[in-house]
Amino acid sequence: MSKDTPLPSAEGFEPRIVAFFCNWCTYTASDLAGTSRMQYAPNTRVIRVMCSGRIDPRFVLQTLREGADGVLLGGCRPGDCHYQSGNYKCLRRFKLLKRYLAQMGVENERVRLEWIAASEGDRVQKVTNEMVEQIRKLGHCRLEQIPRPETEPAAETHDLEQVGAGGMI
Amino acid sequence: MSKPKAGFYWCASCGGCEESVVDLAEDILGVVEAIDFVFFPVAMDFKREDVEAMEDGEMTVCFINGAIRSSEQREMAELLRRKSQVLIAYGSCSYQGGIPGLANLCSREEIFKFVYHDSPSTDNPQGTRPQVRFDAPEGELELPSLDKEVKSLDQVVEVDYYIPGCAPPTALLKAAVEALLSGDMPPKGSVIAPDTALCDDCPRIDTKPAEPLITEFKRPWQIQIDHEKCLLAQGLLCLGPATRGGCDHACIDGNMPCSGCMGPVSRVRDQGAAIISALGSLLNHDDPDEIDKALDGIPDPAGTFYRYGIPHSTLYARCGITAGNGES
Repeated sequence: MSKDTPLPSAEGFEPRIVAFFCNWCTYTASDLAGTSRMQYAPNTRVIRVMCSGRIDPRFVLQTLREGADGVLLGGCRPGDCHYQSGNYKCLRRFKLLKRYLAQMGVENERVRLEWIAASEGDRVQKVTNEMVEQIRKLGHCRLEQIPRPETEPAAETHDLEQVGAGGMI
Repeated sequence: MSKPKAGFYWCASCGGCEESVVDLAEDILGVVEAIDFVFFPVAMDFKREDVEAMEDGEMTVCFINGAIRSSEQREMAELLRRKSQVLIAYGSCSYQGGIPGLANLCSREEIFKFVYHDSPSTDNPQGTRPQVRFDAPEGELELPSLDKEVKSLDQVVEVDYYIPGCAPPTALLKAAVEALLSGDMPPKGSVIAPDTALCDDCPRIDTKPAEPLITEFKRPWQIQIDHEKCLLAQGLLCLGPATRGGCDHACIDGNMPCSGCMGPVSRVRDQGAAIISALGSLLNHDDPDEIDKALDGIPDPAGTFYRYGIPHSTLYARCGITAGNGES
């Protein structure tokens, strides 16, 4: 579902959740959930990153800005990081980011970090279903709109190109 | 040929940016020799009517400092935009919202309620609130209204260049004026300042930790600060890794941690996210409870990491502050 897909009416609200899963554990687990034919809510769009330590706090903020209702981060269990310490970095950033998000009025349930090992396909299923239900209750994530001068063309999409091309964070 | 005309205006600001012009000291003589100031309310007696009487684009350059929060500031920004060829957002508030931008953590009603009713120093038995209209014996007066949120200048009008800093370092102002006079300006939209992080030329860089090393965060008054050692390594929240240089590390030389007034470098859009990322790497705890305990040492992450830039950040304002009409 692209950003432009019309949103269903309030009663038919379907949360849009973006998940950043690490290549070695959580993404493999979500693969396993798929090949094992475990059924779970189709509301997450999974983005594979090499390590949960690669998830810049800016990814989470921009994902919310682009219209996601929730962001799920998944990494290897403590001690199991393929790169030794990436998941701990992710945890520390996540904890600090959450404190900031609380000040900005973003509900606690919207951003979640889970450790899911490669063999835990059922956990991907459980966590995803749980999160979709929680966010369904919360409704859309409504960030304040950033004003733009009337004369200037909207620059928000332009942002994304730069992320891709220049590594802007 | 007549001299190029310039304006210098303030919106939601403290007057520190004007101070930075005064800080040019004797160099200001060279500036006024080359430029005619035609609007500079803090220093000279020109009125809004004088600006309105100008042709569009008559001013070569106008510097605007301060954030935009009121109808008056918005009108002035729009007017000065029309009358100037080059519009420069001068200082942190104009560039990113600055200190006034911290008000985007509260709704207008919360601010009014505190300021006009609840603050311990307020004595307002009749509950008077600011009004946009007032019947005076001389006739009806119209006063500016307060917007629901604070905006940076470029969220209201198109801005050509930015000069960061709280207040901007004099050297940057000088460089900008020189570039303007020579016509050798960088591409439109540029921030006129070096594009490297503060740490890059910090005199204490050699002691900056490369590995996780911070065990707890401290406030400057809690410790005897070493004059030579990296402030982060001493547990102080220095925003150097996420902040643009060009300020000649004035705060660091004064033995105080960087509070981030220069904003991020051009490759970083969100300064706070960048420092959250950096601190996540530097904090030396793996246990969730210990991490929480250490993070308790940062009581106000939004106000610390986005001290000068909440309106320019990805989230812009606390969710819900513009809901309702907020009229008072």
